[in-house]
Parts: sequence; C-alpha cells; structure tokens
Amino acid sequence: MGVLIDNADLMWRAFTMTLWLSVAAGVLSFVWGVLLAAFRVSPIGPLRKFGSVYVSIFRNTPLTLLFLFLLVAAPPLLGLLVPLGVAMAILAMTLYTSTFVCEVVRSGINSVGVGQAEAARSLGLSFFQVLSQVVLPQAFRSVIPPLINVYIAHVKNTSVAAGFAVFELTASAQRLSNFNASDVVAIFAGIGLLYLVITIPMGLASQRIERKVAIAR
Amino acid sequence: MSSDNAVLYDTPGPKAKARDRVFNVVFTIFFVGLGAWVLYTAYNRDIFNDRWNVLSNPGKGQSAYDLWVTSILFEGIWGTLKPVIIAIPIALALALVLTILRQSPYWIARVPARVITEIFRGIPVLLIMFFGVLGLNIDPLWAVVLGLVVYNMAVVAEILRAGIAALPSGQREAGLSIGLTPLQTMMRIQLPQAVRIMLPALISQIVVLLKDSSLGFIIGYSDLLKTGKDNYNYFGEPTTVVFILVISVIYIAINMSVSRLATYIEGRMRTKSKAAAGLKVGDKPDGPDGGVTAAGIGANTRTGDSTW
Repeated sequence: MGVLIDNADLMWRAFTMTLWLSVAAGVLSFVWGVLLAAFRVSPIGPLRKFGSVYVSIFRNTPLTLLFLFLLVAAPPLLGLLVPLGVAMAILAMTLYTSTFVCEVVRSGINSVGVGQAEAARSLGLSFFQVLSQVVLPQAFRSVIPPLINVYIAHVKNTSVAAGFAVFELTASAQRLSNFNASDVVAIFAGIGLLYLVITIPMGLASQRIERKVAIAR
Repeated sequence: MSSDNAVLYDTPGPKAKARDRVFNVVFTIFFVGLGAWVLYTAYNRDIFNDRWNVLSNPGKGQSAYDLWVTSILFEGIWGTLKPVIIAIPIALALALVLTILRQSPYWIARVPARVITEIFRGIPVLLIMFFGVLGLNIDPLWAVVLGLVVYNMAVVAEILRAGIAALPSGQREAGLSIGLTPLQTMMRIQLPQAVRIMLPALISQIVVLLKDSSLGFIIGYSDLLKTGKDNYNYFGEPTTVVFILVISVIYIAINMSVSRLATYIEGRMRTKSKAAAGLKVGDKPDGPDGGVTAAGIGANTRTGDSTW
C-alpha cells in the first residue's frame, strides 16, 4: 500500500494523462466518426464508398499495429512524421475509435422511425436538414448507451499508448513495479482501481440512460 | 444502396440527378486524386524501388519459403492465433460459470459473479497482461492468454446474460413447470437459446480477441507484429514499409473474414426463421387433411432443427 501513497504524484500525473488522451482523442473521434456516418448514409456514391472502405480497414486493424504504422511506416510511405508520444497516441486513437463511433451512429440513424425522415422530407427539408435537424438528434438519444460502451473501450485502449512512449496509467504500473518488485500486486490493484474510477461510472450511466430511453420509446 | 438510407432523401428527380452526378464526379476526382497524390509522393520518396523484392527473393541467406512459411506463417500468424485458440475455450467455460452464477437465486453466488464481471470489463487487457508478466512472472504467451481470458470471460458473460434476458420468460417458466431444477432449466432451456441468439455477437468477439492478441507485442510476446518487426530489422530499414503493409493486409484479411462469418450467420438465422414462418403460412391452403396442424408442426420442427 505504501508504494501507492509514496508515488501519489506520479500516479496522478499518469491518471491525468489517461484522462487527457481519452478526452482529446474522444472528442476528435466523435467529430470524425459522425462525419463518417453521414458519409455512409449520404446520397453521394463516392462518399459512401470512402466511408465503408475506411471503416472496414481501420476497424479490422489492431490499435497496436496502427501505432506501429504511424511510428515506422507513415514517414517513408506518406511523408507523415507524427511526433512519438501524445500526438501519435491521439491520432492513432482517433483513427481507430472513429470507426466504432461511425457504426454506432449509423445504426442509430437506421433505428429512427422511417416516418420521421419522410415527414421531414415532405416538409421540403434537404438531406443535410433532415439529417441534422430531425434524424441525428433522435438517433443520438438511442445511441448514447452503445456510444458510452464504445468510449469505455476507448478509455481502456489508451493503455496501448504505454507501449509507445506515453506515460499513462499502464506505463506507470510498469515503471512502479520495476522499482518496487515486492509490491507488484498492490500497484496493479491500485492502477486497476484508477481505471475503474473512470469506466464503472460510465457503465452505470450507460445502463441508466438505456433504461430511460427504453421507457421513453 | 440499402433501403434504410434511401429514406433520408427524396428519390432524385432530373435536377437532383444532375446535381448528384456533379457531386459524384467531384468526389470521385477528389478521392482518386488523393490516392494518386499519395502514390505520387510515395513514388518520389522512392517507395517503389527494389525494396519490394524482399517478398519474392529475400536474400541474406533466406528463401521466399523461409520468409513466408517459416517466419510469417508459422511464427507470425500462428503466434497471433495461438493465444486466441487457447483463450477461447477457457474464456467460454468461465463465462458460462459466471452466467450461471449471476442467475443464481442466492446472492452469495450472484454478487461475486457480478463484481468479477464489472471489474474485468473495466480494466484494460494490456494492464492484465503486464500483471501476468511482472506480477505472476509467467511466460509472455500465458500472460497474453491470461489477459484475453479474464477480459473475454466477463464480456461473454455479459453477452450471454443479455441473450437470456432477451428470451421470453415463458421459456424458463415452462422449464420449471415440467419439473426441471433452475440449474437444469438454465443449462438445457435458456443457455442453448441464448447462445443461438447471441451467436453473431459471440463471433464478432473473436475479432476483438484477434486484435487484442496484438497487445502481446507490447509485453514482448512474439506475434505477427513482432515477426514483422523482426523481419524489417533483419532485412534492413527500407523494408519497414513493406513488412508493415504485409502484416496489415494479413490482419485485415483475417479479421474481415471472421466479421463476414458473423454477418453471414446473422443473415442465415434471419432467413431461416423467415423461411420457417413462410412455410407455415404457405402450406395452409394445399396441405393434406389437417394441413394447418401438420404444416404448423412441420414448420416448428424445422425451426427446431435449425436451432440445434
């Protein structure tokens, strides 16, 4: 236990890094993911094609491979030199999580009653108006629980950044156990608890909203 | 285009068609241009030189067979599949135990099962793998297996719980009323149906396992990623791009085929239940004496067959 208290500042730093990664990549992946979902339901063929190709590539690539790609293959292949560390982690996680956001939002769009979009169209709204004023606001309601689940996975995925020079919670567990070999169990329990502090409230919120939305429907 | 999407915009008239054509052309040009630009700049960076020969004629004392079969297939792909293959049955068995405990009438069984599920769903797989290596001092392979098992038993338990919750309550009641114990009802009535409903979700979970096994790379397990890295370290820096692209293609191919399998089974289940329902209705008029009943039974048996 002592080791956790002695290293409280270091763990706090790691905890805030995990939070920062989660939030920064979370916001970016949300924006990009919703955009991708709009691409995938749009009337324009090339956009739909792009959306589905993007999603099937990045969904089926392990996050670790994405990091490795940005680290060693992107510079020679694309001339893209992403600084190793937080920037790379945010980019990789955005590219990855956005595909899950896209799929969740898309299934939400499909779950909105057909009559809603038809009514909106019969009022003369354009595709963008139908989507942004009528369908998406309703889709987001039913999409919030699965979206929270996507973001729970996202928070846990920030741990991959530990392997690529970002000092977040998992990296701190690794470093602390290297210096305090006798307290490894306590260290991992403590770090695990810090993850649960983020993920369990999210899970509870998801369940609660799910129940609320289910009744309202 | 699927009919779900078409509802978002009107069936295009002549004006909209003309506009869409313009958009189509513009965006096609944009994406093709983007691709061409990427290829062109890559070409200027000399990507398309003889570095690709490493795939057909590796040199450095290695044959193409050594590279593709010995290294990429037996070390890489097998290294990635091995922990997954070991982890799946263990995770499934533990998930079954958790599921049964969670439905138990005794809180002393229910609560711990719930706590275990919630804890392991909320902790990163990588953290558990690191714990295996640093805390339990086990071999990286077993650390990877540990991470995969612990996380996926929790997730599969959740999937099965959702499947059981989705069953009509009459299933359980009928089981109990014919004299089965709650455990027998669970094992023989509820779980088999829950597994069937949730089969697509369970298969999709295999993709997650396959992707998560790549976390082994970070804790020093020798999987496909590590094999790629070893190869470009051995054959020299210019081959980095080559091997990263090769392993990306392999990963995407494997995962996409498993996803396809899930979609296929989902679709098959849907058409089968539809076919059974259709048969029931269709057979009514021209059935033999008591055709309705016979067709009804026939349809039910058919659904039953496709279940197990």
